[in-house]
This record gives sequence, C-alpha cells and structure tokens, in this order.
Amino acid sequence: MSTPTQENPLTLKALTHKPVHLTGGHRMCSGCGAPTIVRQVLMAIDEPVVIANATGCLEVSTCLFPYTAWQVPWMHSAFENAAATASGIETMYRSLRKQGKLKKEMKFIAFGGDGGTYDIGFQALSGAMERGHQLLYICYDNGAYMNTGIQRSSATPFGADTTTQPVGSKIQGKTQRRKDLTRIMAAHNVAYAAQASPHNWKDLMTKVRKALATNGPAYMGVVSPCNRGWRSQTNDSILLSRLAVETCYWPLYEVQDGKWTINYDPKDRKKPITEWLKPQGRFKHLFAPGNEALLARFQELVDQDWESLKKLQEMSKS
Amino acid sequence: MKQMNWNELPHAGSILKAGNANEYKTGSWRSLKPRWIEENCIQCLFCWIYCPDSAVSVKDEKMTGFDYDHCKGCGVCAMECPGKKGNKAIVMEEEGK
Repeated sequence: MSTPTQENPLTLKALTHKPVHLTGGHRMCSGCGAPTIVRQVLMAIDEPVVIANATGCLEVSTCLFPYTAWQVPWMHSAFENAAATASGIETMYRSLRKQGKLKKEMKFIAFGGDGGTYDIGFQALSGAMERGHQLLYICYDNGAYMNTGIQRSSATPFGADTTTQPVGSKIQGKTQRRKDLTRIMAAHNVAYAAQASPHNWKDLMTKVRKALATNGPAYMGVVSPCNRGWRSQTNDSILLSRLAVETCYWPLYEVQDGKWTINYDPKDRKKPITEWLKPQGRFKHLFAPGNEALLARFQELVDQDWESLKKLQEMSKS
Repeated sequence: MKQMNWNELPHAGSILKAGNANEYKTGSWRSLKPRWIEENCIQCLFCWIYCPDSAVSVKDEKMTGFDYDHCKGCGVCAMECPGKKGNKAIVMEEEGK
C-alpha cells in the first residue's frame, strides 16, 4: 500500500498532482532546509496522516497562532515528548479501530529537531521505539538548537562554532564528537531506521514509504541545512545537504531486519570533508593557520564512521 | 486577520482552519526575486521539489512561475536549476529594480 506502485509512482510529474500539505506563509527562515523535508515527507504518503511535533524551529514557525501551515491534523505538546504524544495518538487510533469506531487506515509521524530528538526528547523517543508503536519518527537534524540561538546539541559536529561553545583563544568550537543517533535507533532493533537527505528527494520519499509500510516503529534522520546556524548562504541548503552525503559526513543508508544497506556509495569519488566545511562559517576557524590538526581530526572521524558503516553492511549481508 | 477577544478564541488554542498560514504573505521578506526564463526551462521541476515555501506554481505537470506572495527569495531554486545548455531558467534579481 505504501510502497511505490504503478498507480503511485515516485516521479516529480506524478507528485505535482498531490495536495500540498504544508502551505507557504509559514515563518521558517528564508532558505531553511526543514520545510523542504516536510513537504517531501508529506507528499510521499497517500493515507491520512497525523503529525506530532516537538518544540523547535519547525513547530514555532509553522504554527504561529492563529495561523497554521499544516493541512493535516497536527499536535504540539512539549519539547521532550513528541514521540510520547505520537504514541498516545497511535494507541487511541488502535483502540478506536478495535471498537469499530474508525475504519480508515492512518499513519502517524513525529517530527523533531536534533535538540528535541538527540537530547531533550531522547527518553520519550527511546521508549516509543521500545514499546513498538506503529509510528515514524523523523528528526530534521541541523546540528544545534537553532531556534533559540545556535546552542550546541549532542548532534553538533566536532569543531563547530556555537554560542555555548564559541571559538576563543583556548577552545576551537565543539571539542566532542557528535552522537550517532541513527545507529542508536538501529540498536533498538526498530522495524526500520534510515538516514536521508532532501537533495535526494527520491531516496527520502522511498524511505518514508518503506518506513510506514513496516509493521513497527521506524526512525529517520534527515540532514537539514540551516543557513543561520551554519553561517552559510540562503541559497545553498540543497547544495550543502548534497555535499554532506558526497563527503560521507551524512551517509545515506537504511537498516531493516538487521540488514544494513548503504544507498549511496561514492566509492573513489568520495569528496574531502573540507568541501562541506568550507562554505560554512561555523567551521571558518578550522581553516586558520595552526588548526590543521583539527581539520585532519574531522576527516579522520568521518572516515572512521564511514568505514565502520561499510563493515556493518558487509557483516549483515546474506 | 482580525484580533480575537478572549471569548472568541477556540478551545485549547486549537486552530480550526487547516493551512490558513497561506493567508499570511511572506513575500515582503524578499530582497532578491527569482525570475523565470521560460525558453531555458526543461521542466525538470527541481525548483518545485526543493522550494521551502511552496512558492513554485505548477499546473498540468509543468512549472508555470512563482507565487510572489510567499516566496522569500532564498534562491535555492536558481541554485539548483540546471537550465538549458548552461543557461539558467531561474535567475535572482534585486527586488525593486
């Protein structure tokens, strides 16, 4: 039902016939990556869908009372509990179905930023995944608390300049490496876990359909460029998400039934991480004389993660 | 939108009209304006799928122009436009020129 079919192909021409579930007039920043992701996600789904949203840029900017940009039922309750809210909605739905009061098949999605997912909403997310609710949690990951002014989160990459770990004479941005939440979700043995990027809309939308077609909880991490926090240009959100994938900072992969599959392997065309770092002002200091070791360290971390991901794919084959 | 009194507010602050943000015009944020050059357009629809503001209009599976009421002028469409033979079908121009 939710997998690509002949009547429902994933081509841009066919998708133009779909209703737009996120209208214009929302107050996300000019050139933000998140609304593009949301539009793609909602366009991939045919069934009625209910959204739970964690506090964050997406929530505050798409729903400024008395306006909402959502054309689907949407609920926000707090920062930390998007997954719990979605769990409750899904449980109510199952109960109503059981009582025969509801016949329609429906889908449930929770959206959260990296702050509301990696940090503040982590225990609610972990619980919802463990309990096995039939829902898809999507984290649009811009790598900091952008809504409140670029404070570091556990998704912030190594070396990034944030307002709570600013670059100074002693410290050169974030000293820790980022948490790999997609792998943590895979370790919950969820039905489906994946990483996607809005530049590859087809891959992202295929993953949404796969995730919703599985019989169990699903998680997707989507890289979401933020020109305010990344100190880049308003027109480069898609370019930067593409570079994140091509440098293997944000590999596209999926984990289903214990099988790890890399969806895009650049092989010998893997770009150096500097190509992704250079357009971003938050990494400007890494290119200053004396910081060569930090730049090399960043590349080393990316390579480590990429190599281990390839090993996971290799090990889970057959 | 007319300011509501406390007794006119919907219960629990619910918004009953889905997608009414469409009535809010964000076009005034724009300092750069996208211009569509139809002869260079190959109808790839990349501008439409990548637009964060649902501000690229499509009809009959074809791009037909911009919704300037909502376009914030970010320029993602022009950046991603492959154009025809190296000539972009979307260019960004300074607003008011």
